[in-house]
Amino acid sequence: MALLEVRGLCKRFGGLQAVQDVSFGVEPGTVKALIGPNGAGKTTLFNLVSGVTAPDAGQVLLRGQAIQGRPPHEVAALGLSRTFQQIRLFPGMSALENVMVGAHVRGRAGFLAGLLRLPSTWREERALEARARRALELVELGHLAAAEATSLSYGQQRGVELARALASDPALLLLDEPAAGLNVRETDELARLIGRIRARGVTVLLVEHDMSLVMQVSDEVAVLCFGQKIADAAPQAVQRDPEVVRVYLGEDEC
Amino acid sequence: MTTALALQYLVAGLTYGTIYAVVGIGFNIIYNTTGIINFAQGEFVMLGGMTAASLHRLLPLPLAVLGAVALTTLVGAAVELTFIRWLRRPSVLRMIIVTIGVSILLREAALHLWGEGVRSLPYFTGDEVTALELGGARVSPQVLWSLATCGAVVVALQLFFHRTRTGREMRACAANREAAALCGLATRDLVTLSFALSAGIGALAGCVVSPITYTRYDIGASLALKGFTVAILGGLGNAGGAVAAGFLLGTLEAFSIAVLPAAYKDVLAIAILLLILFLRPSGLFGDRELARLGAS
Repeated sequence: MALLEVRGLCKRFGGLQAVQDVSFGVEPGTVKALIGPNGAGKTTLFNLVSGVTAPDAGQVLLRGQAIQGRPPHEVAALGLSRTFQQIRLFPGMSALENVMVGAHVRGRAGFLAGLLRLPSTWREERALEARARRALELVELGHLAAAEATSLSYGQQRGVELARALASDPALLLLDEPAAGLNVRETDELARLIGRIRARGVTVLLVEHDMSLVMQVSDEVAVLCFGQKIADAAPQAVQRDPEVVRVYLGEDEC
Repeated sequence: MTTALALQYLVAGLTYGTIYAVVGIGFNIIYNTTGIINFAQGEFVMLGGMTAASLHRLLPLPLAVLGAVALTTLVGAAVELTFIRWLRRPSVLRMIIVTIGVSILLREAALHLWGEGVRSLPYFTGDEVTALELGGARVSPQVLWSLATCGAVVVALQLFFHRTRTGREMRACAANREAAALCGLATRDLVTLSFALSAGIGALAGCVVSPITYTRYDIGASLALKGFTVAILGGLGNAGGAVAAGFLLGTLEAFSIAVLPAAYKDVLAIAILLLILFLRPSGLFGDRELARLGAS
């Protein structure tokens, strides 16, 4: 069974059909990329999957469980984490604190319990911190744990955001243009990092413009154009697909 | 002015300063998680004092205070659940108007429940006539109680926001609500909690100062004005700034009595508020962004 299954998803904004009857699946343990020209509906699709916007029609199934239209915090608790195209860290908090917030979803003590059960709360706080530090080390930013997150370099902020998403121990990780704004060396590091994340058994769905990164890390590539899926196959096959070539070389409208 | 008299004014200023500071902190907590100014904050202080005075007929003082804080905390949560939570993507202006409505509602409810009479709690230790001598000035022990309470609230909030999971979640929610939700935080519950928390803190302040200032159903509005002035003066969202600004306003008011007729005391607060809004809307302490995010 696919870990994530998207069925007949539709979303309209006024007169614009942003996503039209899109279906695809992501197999567990794989990396899947969503590509397409600007305005193809990739980010809208991401927002529909992560619960930021509710679809007009269609289903999003995570491990066979329908999650469309559920509030984002419930979707996150079910094992889906995401990063953003525009970095959204919590200013005024250290890198470690940012990542710890990501790890909260996995802590068990609830709202009041956190305030009342002191001894176990302390233990849990330790466990959260350890988990957050491991996530920071995975993105090779362990040495910057105490720095204020928004004071870091752009590439490092992306790393912190990724660590925050990973700290929740997600089954599925959504990366929205993770290479945007990164230089060649940083993009290379990102590709290796995605490899390490995959090796840990985390399934990844990413939207990306950098084709060399997409071809390097993906097991499957789906192509969107004007809200519709026009291809969905292994990277090499997609590269040879005449429809995709036509869209990317811009011969005419699809 | 003799030193002793100046010192006496200073003590009076610090007394009022603490309550302004605590009301200002209440504003800040809610502002930080929601971006709105809760104009019912003064009513939380009033409810604290009134409830404690009523409970004290049946219960010993510490229990009465505890009960009043607990009940007002519940009222704070109920206000959010009833009037704010169900609004879908409300504008900030709309939420502010809702809080003004809530303040009127609470004030009228208090009038019906308690009447127009003035209430107060007994002094926590000692009574009206016991006083400590301090360089010629007479200091009521209750003043020390309110200073200590203000200090304890600031320290406890600092620990809460920086050392506990829920505190960290509230800071994350303040910094970026959407990202916080996508990290799996139930941001709406955190907003409820911020209302409960600032109601509880307001009620505590109301109990501690009630022996000195007395409590009536309609004290909320003027306290809200002072607290708002202090929150703006200290930089919205900045609890440390609110404490400093609270003492500043309290002291200025106290010394103004030496120069101006006492009736002009409130004019001073409003004049300061207007000056700050015209000249330095980000407050005395620091720039706007840092102020908002330095959540206590």
